[in-house]
Amino acid sequence: MQRFTALYQALDETNATGAKVAAMRSYFESAPPEDAAWAVYFLTGRRLKRLVPTAELKQWVLAATGMPDWLLEETYASVGDLAETLALLLDSELAPPESEDMPLHRWVGERLLALRGMEPEQRQHAVTAWWAELPTGGRFVLNKMLTGAFRVGVSRRLVVRALAQASGLDAATVTHRLMGHWEPTAAAFGDLLDPEDRGEDASRPYPFFLASPLEGKPASLGPVAEWQAEWKWDGIRGQLLRRNGDCYLWSRGEDLMEGRFPEIEEAAERLPDGVVLDGEILIWIDDAPAPFHQLQRRIGRLKPSARMLREVPALFLAYDLLEWRGEDCRQHPLGQRRQRMEALLNGMEGAIRVSRPLAANSWTELAAHREQARELGTEGLMLKRLGSPYRVGRTRGDWWKWKLDPLTIDAVMLYAQPGHGRRSSLFTDYTFGVWSGETLVPVAKAYSGLDNVEIEALDRWIRGNTIERFGPVRSVRADQVFELAFEGIAESSRHKSGVALRFPRISRWRHDLGIKDADTLEQVRALLPEQPS
Amino acid sequence: MAEDLIQLSPAGLYCPAGGFHIDPWRPVQRAVITHAHGDHARGGMGVYVSSHDGLALLRSRLPRGSLLRGVGYGRRFRMGRAWVSLHPAGHILGSSQVRVELGDRVWVASGDFKRDPDPTCAPFEVVPCDTFITEATFALPIYRWRPASLVAVDIHEWWQQNAEAGKASVLFCYALGKAQRLLAELAAHTADTVYLHGAMVPLTRTYREAGVAMLPTEPVSELPARHDFSRALILAPPSAAGSPWMRRFRSHVSGFASGWMRVRGNRRRRGYDRGFIVSDHADWPSLIRTIRETGAQRVLATHGRTDVLVRYLREIERVDAAPLVTPYSGEADD
Repeated sequence: MQRFTALYQALDETNATGAKVAAMRSYFESAPPEDAAWAVYFLTGRRLKRLVPTAELKQWVLAATGMPDWLLEETYASVGDLAETLALLLDSELAPPESEDMPLHRWVGERLLALRGMEPEQRQHAVTAWWAELPTGGRFVLNKMLTGAFRVGVSRRLVVRALAQASGLDAATVTHRLMGHWEPTAAAFGDLLDPEDRGEDASRPYPFFLASPLEGKPASLGPVAEWQAEWKWDGIRGQLLRRNGDCYLWSRGEDLMEGRFPEIEEAAERLPDGVVLDGEILIWIDDAPAPFHQLQRRIGRLKPSARMLREVPALFLAYDLLEWRGEDCRQHPLGQRRQRMEALLNGMEGAIRVSRPLAANSWTELAAHREQARELGTEGLMLKRLGSPYRVGRTRGDWWKWKLDPLTIDAVMLYAQPGHGRRSSLFTDYTFGVWSGETLVPVAKAYSGLDNVEIEALDRWIRGNTIERFGPVRSVRADQVFELAFEGIAESSRHKSGVALRFPRISRWRHDLGIKDADTLEQVRALLPEQPS
Repeated sequence: MAEDLIQLSPAGLYCPAGGFHIDPWRPVQRAVITHAHGDHARGGMGVYVSSHDGLALLRSRLPRGSLLRGVGYGRRFRMGRAWVSLHPAGHILGSSQVRVELGDRVWVASGDFKRDPDPTCAPFEVVPCDTFITEATFALPIYRWRPASLVAVDIHEWWQQNAEAGKASVLFCYALGKAQRLLAELAAHTADTVYLHGAMVPLTRTYREAGVAMLPTEPVSELPARHDFSRALILAPPSAAGSPWMRRFRSHVSGFASGWMRVRGNRRRRGYDRGFIVSDHADWPSLIRTIRETGAQRVLATHGRTDVLVRYLREIERVDAAPLVTPYSGEADD
């Protein structure tokens, strides 16, 4: 694992993307393929799930160091990364490390994966022995593999670039080959870099094409006739594959949604073989999309009950065709893909439908449609160039999201807590409240929207205006007012305020407002969509 | 119960029996100064008392015409009804702990201190006392320092690697104390000249005049505008990061030498390429060891993670402990 730890450190010790790509490329070119496969696995954000409960890891470190648990929690709150906290705490408590050099694939295959079958005592014995044989850097990497989230400041895009350089393939090909269930084996690593494509994984989705926010006026995009406009649905982006008699439903986060939306899978069985659709998973009630929080009831639920299926029925709203008769048709123009898709889906019953384009003869007409978006439960419009291919990732130019202006409220900061990772020593996670009578009730949490200078100024203010500490959370003097922007609002029994905001973020620090100028809960509730009575 | 020998007053830590303040933050008649960092040595005091070793630094930092008295380490002198003496704190050149004795009671205010070897100043001396006033800058158990002599090996290696790649190495660190300590530690590995930001020039000169052996240095400002820094090591205070002053180094790699670099998030947030863990403050094991060694039954913590240290002392070490709220900043995180 020394080579992988060294790669990790090389990536960590520079901010230059060129240097990061070079470090990965040289690793991929020199490491044995069975190790390189696991490096790809971890660097692309994949994780080994359920190896060890983190509570156990903490317990073992407490046992090894003899420190009280509150001290570990304080330290964790200050560091913001559990794997790092534990590696640092163990630093001096263990005997000076011997040099180990078990290759990465054996570490994973023979050691880490074996943890799943062990009793807690066996696990403790194994992990503490590994800690003892590794230097701090290796211990940190081990903890990262044990706790999951393996963030090293490289995006998947950079990994792809390094793999593309190492293989001479283009980045889009490498991106596609890395989609879905990528098995970290020497053979798979070989296939990944193979000049010939022999990837025969029927479950592998295509890379999603992502839209960019439209910043200027839509008229700058040229004649409206060259564009297709659709509603921008507020659901889960998904890809539905029908191949070799099976179907696979992938989310944009590359989770296989197997068993979660049986009505969609059932409908997919009526599709012909060799078809891949891009679309949106939505809850659809009374011929209209339901708010996102309804969909949240279904996301985590495997095998939903008959009652759930009745109360919150899901739908796959298809908007693009990526594969037809087993052929990748992403290079065909959108207009053609759409015609084929409509021919394919028209007349189909059940939980797969077509997202219909909006008819409009001018940008003004489209702008009028957009005004209705919130009423109709959508986020705005999508604009797609009719002549464009289906591209990879966030490529600007052919797909634009023309979202509604967000809703805003003015709210008072009530609590603050440190962020994670690079923001762990700064207060960056805030809770805001609005007036309910004479008291401020929490209404939203927000993490983003301020620039670095503002974050640091606010951090200093929070440290000087703390009233009480609850672990890492501090309550602060009610004094600072912020304008919060959000995409939508819904009733919620899970929140004290009775409402839940969608995607809240800070849009402005209102130095000009006093706390009495902040909004009231009544004013906030007035933004709720009208309920059909 | 007898009155506290050192108390928190609006102007700073005050010794009523001796009629003097320690590192006050508002103007007072008599100020005993532990060391020359700005948060401990402020202008406007009637008379300043400091260690002999620290006088020159203090003079360079205080307004012209300030009245300064120097005392040798360990020499007992009378102030009011109290006996006072200064003892090395190991923090920077001339840094002192202040020992105050009245009758059979002894209090020690440590200012900022560290236990690790440092070629630029006298080593910390354990002074037995009843009550110990401590700092708590790095009072979390993750903070443990490797010897600075080993960190210097890493810094030297980093510098050489950057030089080979044709890049200047800009190492950010405190202008007073840290810069000179690094220059002294690096002397074991090279005799090359190191370039200094203007803020470090007079301080480094004062250290040289005090007889501290360091690498040769040259101010960046005295070099021609087109000077080639591609193999150079440059020391600069963190405030210079991202300033137009940096442009002259063209292609460079940045590092930061600080105890905070123990945590990756601190480095990544600041955008430094490389962090070197070296501090002039006590790490966690040193804090606990020092408190034990003084034999103090009561501990007051002035700045840093006082909350953690106080709770630990109370619950684990079974020592009476409390925080003292002061405006000292310790090792500021920038």
